[in-house]
Amino acid sequence: MSGAGDREPVFPTRQSLGAMKSKLKGAQTGHDLLKRKSEALTKRFRDITRRIDDAKRKMGRVMQIAAFSLAEVTYAVGNNTIAYQITESVRQAKFRVRTRQENVSGVFLPQFESWQKEDVGSDFGMTGLGKGGQQVAKCRETYTRAVETLIELASLQTAFVVLDEVIKVVNRRVNAMYARPAPLSSTRFYANGNGCSEHVIIPRTENTIKYINSELDEMDREEFFRLKKVKGVKERAAATEEEEKKKNARRTSDKENERQEVNGGGEGGGNVLGDEGDEDDLDAFEAEGFVSQFFLRAKDRWDQEPERLLRRFKAGSGNGEAPWKRFMSGVGVKRFVGFA
Amino acid sequence: MALPQSAYKDREFLAVIGDEHVTDPPSSQKNYLVVDAKTELATIEGAFESFTRGRRDIAIVLINQHIADKIRPKVDGYAEAFPAVLEIPSKDHPYDPERDSVMKRVRKLFGE
Repeated sequence: MSGAGDREPVFPTRQSLGAMKSKLKGAQTGHDLLKRKSEALTKRFRDITRRIDDAKRKMGRVMQIAAFSLAEVTYAVGNNTIAYQITESVRQAKFRVRTRQENVSGVFLPQFESWQKEDVGSDFGMTGLGKGGQQVAKCRETYTRAVETLIELASLQTAFVVLDEVIKVVNRRVNAMYARPAPLSSTRFYANGNGCSEHVIIPRTENTIKYINSELDEMDREEFFRLKKVKGVKERAAATEEEEKKKNARRTSDKENERQEVNGGGEGGGNVLGDEGDEDDLDAFEAEGFVSQFFLRAKDRWDQEPERLLRRFKAGSGNGEAPWKRFMSGVGVKRFVGFA
Repeated sequence: MALPQSAYKDREFLAVIGDEHVTDPPSSQKNYLVVDAKTELATIEGAFESFTRGRRDIAIVLINQHIADKIRPKVDGYAEAFPAVLEIPSKDHPYDPERDSVMKRVRKLFGE
């Protein structure tokens, strides 16, 4: 799997996922279009190549005819320096070419066109007046046709060379869409000089999409897990609160019991301070709770029934116990040794 | 992509490198070179270079095939679109597509 794990460096967000997907689509569309263009150009290319082949052979024949006619002229004129004379006497080019642009599948191919410069006279018009004027004229005509054929051929050849280059470029780009591309500015920064083909941009984008999807899934799972945990903690907190409420409710009912006890006399009854039991290791917080609650209850009782309490206090108990002990039934005295 | 028009806009002449039987009307600056048995290789090469790369007004270069054979490496190495280099036969040497550099390229392309 060449290129696996090779992806673009992006943050895995939903937005970048959307961007990657549209990029992939764009790349695939572009790739198809390029392929089609490449095919059209190749078809045209083959067509031109065939025509070049034919034209070259035709040219061979045409040149031969022209050479013959020149030979005829030489024969007719009688001396073999005729060609040289012509060369020497001509000063300016009469036959020239023009270039024209032709658009072939978006590629501009040049076409040559022959034209004759008007004001350039045939400087060798004097030639052949002696003998063989007709041959000279015929020769000229033949050569003109030959040159036209040559120009046509040159057009084809130029088109051939240009198309060749363009097709190479387009194919590189087509392949670059999918593969490791050759260095070309059109493939931007993905070029790395390797061979081409269909394996760079699209696999990279696909890998990036896979990566983003996997990261998003991971994040969803984390989120889900986190929510569950939080829910669990909350539930536990709620349960603890419930417990607390229940305890408070029980203490309040204990308080009621205490009051009845105090009225009815006797020891026993519930603990004044709730259900803590006889634990010896109370921490400071809990001890403080005891004390404050005891104070509160005592105060309540004192406020509400001062007379009664006073009576009981003065009355004392019959068994020699300290009178104040009667307020602390059920609670270990040693805890309150510090105050009286 | 492809060539800008400026590359060939001004080219209008045909240049010739051939023996004395192949002629084209010359301009003030000679766009032809007559080659005979005594012409040196260096001269031919120089003319080829100047016609193809030196001068900006040549659109097509016609060269006799047997002369092209003499400077075959240079001709084969020439792969630009402008000016077009055309190999033509001469009186004594008929056209042989096997030796033509453009045809060689074509065959190479389709041989793949």
